[in-house]
Amino acid sequence: MTALPSGLSWLEASARQRLAALLDPGSFAEFIGPEQRERSPHLRLFDLPEQFDDGMIVGRATLCRTPVLVAAQEGRFMGGAFGEVHGAKLTGLLRAATLLGRDVLILFDTGGVRLQEANAGELAISEIMRAIVDLRRAGNRVIGLIGGRAGCYGGGGLIAGCCSALIVSEQGRISVSGPEVIETNKGVEEFDSRDRALVWRTMGGKHRYLIGGADGYVADDPAAFRAATQSALGRSPGLDLSMLHAEHQRLTRRLARFGNARDGTDVWSTLGIADPDAIPGLADDDFRHLADACREVADDAR
Amino acid sequence: MEHLSYTVTAPRAAGGTRRQAIIGVVASGNLEVLAERVLATDTCTVDIATAARGFAPVWQAVIADFVALRAAGGLRLSINDGGARPDTVALRLAQVVRLIEEPEA
Repeated sequence: MTALPSGLSWLEASARQRLAALLDPGSFAEFIGPEQRERSPHLRLFDLPEQFDDGMIVGRATLCRTPVLVAAQEGRFMGGAFGEVHGAKLTGLLRAATLLGRDVLILFDTGGVRLQEANAGELAISEIMRAIVDLRRAGNRVIGLIGGRAGCYGGGGLIAGCCSALIVSEQGRISVSGPEVIETNKGVEEFDSRDRALVWRTMGGKHRYLIGGADGYVADDPAAFRAATQSALGRSPGLDLSMLHAEHQRLTRRLARFGNARDGTDVWSTLGIADPDAIPGLADDDFRHLADACREVADDAR
Repeated sequence: MEHLSYTVTAPRAAGGTRRQAIIGVVASGNLEVLAERVLATDTCTVDIATAARGFAPVWQAVIADFVALRAAGGLRLSINDGGARPDTVALRLAQVVRLIEEPEA
């Protein structure tokens, strides 16, 4: 793998470049690498191009000398979407982590499930969610990193919701239904998918951090993701019923507090931000400083 | 999809000792190239799966230029192509032989 020179963009990097820049140099060992040609069995039926790793790179590595298992999605191949092999590689990694007692990092970059293999993809999403819950109940962490071009949508948004911690950059987007899906189903008055500023005000990294949907907010820089991941690896792991009860109460409060908001800016006003219209233009450090004083708390279960 | 396969004589052996290297992603106008050091040092094979049909003469010309210019002997190259232009293909081929020359990390 080629190392990414520092200062380059997480958004622009490929999945392999992100891994090279995030992990300790030379520590990454890939499982089921591209030379094994474990490709999608479905795409050829649609006469579509395949990728040797099916857009999912999995392996083991160290981060600041802590052993971890890692998975990275390539968002430019089929929008990073989950298919049978793509999903099975992540499921297998999570189950291996439970056996080995390792924390897992997931570098999300996905539009959701691949339409050409939707049944296999949906099944993979539920298997992955089950595997994450098992891994967390065994006392290990699953940390999601979100700042790629495809964002983290559809089933990827559901998986992210099961993680112990999420780290997001301004460019990262987290949701289940994407802008086009909402517009198609509910009309342009409900959501104008071409309004890119609206997309980021309602699904973007700053908004998610402010409402407690992400635990860490970082610059669009592999070094910033690395530092935040190291910090997340130091937090106490675990998942139990009392955490889930607390989380449900938090979500009930969130709905009561923001349920009538029509836009991200309404939410930010309610949080007590004096000039919500200035939020999208704030530099990362200024934003974090402001947000940390008033944002909704995130906790382990989201 | 169209599948093409070429075996060419390579005047120069690939540098370095890495067993394999991969570059690029499969997307519209882009391609991935997997290089594996598995052949005799005077031979290079290129196996292509491409979404753009009917460009065999262009592939042949790009590969002929590539083995003449770069050290590609001993490499089995496997390409998944999403309809990349010839200049992009030439760039990825140059990148993958450069990558396989790099010392093991």
